[in-house]
Amino acid sequence: MTTIGLFNYWIVFVLMMSGLYIVIVSTNLIKKIIGLNIFQTSVFILYISIGKVSGGTAPILVDGITLYSNPLPHVLILTAIVVGVATTALGLAIVVRIHSAFNSIDEEEIYTTSD
Amino acid sequence: MISAHLPALQVVIPLLAAPACVVVRQSTLTWLLALLVSWISFAIALTLLVQTFFNGPMSYELGGWAAPLGIEYAVDVVNAFVLVIVSGVSSVVLISAKESIERETHIKRTHLVYTGWLLCLTGLLGITITGDVFNVFVFLEIASLSSYLLVSLGPDRRALTAAFQYLVMGTIGATFILIGVGLLYMMTGTLNMADLAQRIPGVAQTTTVRAGFAFLVLGISLKAAVFPLHYWLPNAYTFAPSAVTAFMAGSATKVSIYLLLRFFFDIFSETFSLRTMRLDLILLILGVIAIFSMSLVAIYQSNVKRMLAYSSVAQVGYMVIGISLATTTGLTAGIVHLFNHALMKCALFLALGCIVFRLNSVDLKDLAGVGRRMPWTMAAFVIGGLSLIGVPATVGFISKWYLVLAALERDWWWLAFMVVASSLLAVIYIWRVVETAYFKTGPVANTEEAPLILLVPTWVLIVANIYFGVSAVDTISFATRAADQLLSTF
Repeated sequence: MTTIGLFNYWIVFVLMMSGLYIVIVSTNLIKKIIGLNIFQTSVFILYISIGKVSGGTAPILVDGITLYSNPLPHVLILTAIVVGVATTALGLAIVVRIHSAFNSIDEEEIYTTSD
Repeated sequence: MISAHLPALQVVIPLLAAPACVVVRQSTLTWLLALLVSWISFAIALTLLVQTFFNGPMSYELGGWAAPLGIEYAVDVVNAFVLVIVSGVSSVVLISAKESIERETHIKRTHLVYTGWLLCLTGLLGITITGDVFNVFVFLEIASLSSYLLVSLGPDRRALTAAFQYLVMGTIGATFILIGVGLLYMMTGTLNMADLAQRIPGVAQTTTVRAGFAFLVLGISLKAAVFPLHYWLPNAYTFAPSAVTAFMAGSATKVSIYLLLRFFFDIFSETFSLRTMRLDLILLILGVIAIFSMSLVAIYQSNVKRMLAYSSVAQVGYMVIGISLATTTGLTAGIVHLFNHALMKCALFLALGCIVFRLNSVDLKDLAGVGRRMPWTMAAFVIGGLSLIGVPATVGFISKWYLVLAALERDWWWLAFMVVASSLLAVIYIWRVVETAYFKTGPVANTEEAPLILLVPTWVLIVANIYFGVSAVDTISFATRAADQLLSTF
């Protein structure tokens, strides 16, 4: 595979690791959700890259074109994006309720006050 | 013919009923609806189990699209058995859920519990029945998102932080599964489980497939709370409403273990997943550490619900050991323990639900003397506890017996010894509760026995614990059939 071909996967790798790092390191719950989003986005790019066929065009039937990119991974990742949005929404909703119950969205503050 | 569509109805009925609960809103009506739907699912699951046991596996093409391209629902003895466990647990627990949930959740939010419950049921049944790996991910997220919601509806404010913690861990796990599925698709070009099983051997030596396998195993193990990926479980079980804990303890981790079995033995071959990737050794070590360390941690808990949660992680350890042995007896032990553990943990958590209903606490110190005030509840707890320990004439004994047999088949005396020794740790933590409840006196003088609607489901499960412990022929024959089938698909 050419260097350009692998470029996408390097981006996926960097995004995935930075996302996970943010989730693990930050104590702010909103930042954790942002990290989670970056982590998920890297997987979206992974799927989109899988579907690309080099030299292929968008999968729409047109005369004279025989090579198409694979549309299936793109459709799959559309589903995963929806799931990601739902997860983010639910996560943020829980953070709102945490804020009203504990008066803080910092993990360490919450654990010191809750026991 | 309606019976031809049973595999689809299994998932579609609870899925459609969930939004109906949001529309209805009224607490009792939503409960009745959820109860009805759950029992219908249970009936469908039983029908499917009987049909697959006598007529062999069934395949259902969703929307009429044929298998490798369309989404297939594939029912065989293994997943029909799990479908029965999940829908059965849900149906029995839901009977007691009304009183318990109204006590523990704000009245404005009770209909959300039943909505989340039905969605969670949909997701769990969907994961189990589907024959398509991407579909597994979708249903997994349906089940997970609704269980985060269910946990967050717990009475204590710490339920919120537990739910958030569960959400973060669960999303990482689910995304790992998504990556794994993507990498497999990259190498094989298919998402159908049967099709994958045929194509993987050709590319099994590539790094991509191995990385995909690693992501899948990690993601699913996180969902199944396999030690040391259990971090989310104790908090989620402790702070969720009692009925929800009973439901989740009897179904959610069981479905993930089933998924692990499916990936290990059906999609990848036993040789690849256990021998080539050396997971037999890894799982065996993790399982042994789990049964000892988690039982020890359970002994030191002051909150009884948290104690049982840690014990659940230990029990997953027994299932994992059974899988790692990869013999018919070992797998039978693992599968039968799936069923048996669902029975005993569900019964124990329901008994705790009765205690919470009267005492509003599950702290060990508040339980002093409760044995005399709530004799039926505590009797149920004791029998459930005996089953957890593995005393003969209870289901716990059957699982441990088969696990010991499987260890001896391999001439691994040390493993048999460890299984028995770890059961002694269970004696200690169950005894702490029994001692406090019966032999100490405390300020519970005015407490009455829990209402019948809470006691009856608890005792139904307790009787099942004894019934399937005395005449285990049926469960064993199902489990052996399932184990043989998993091991024979090369």
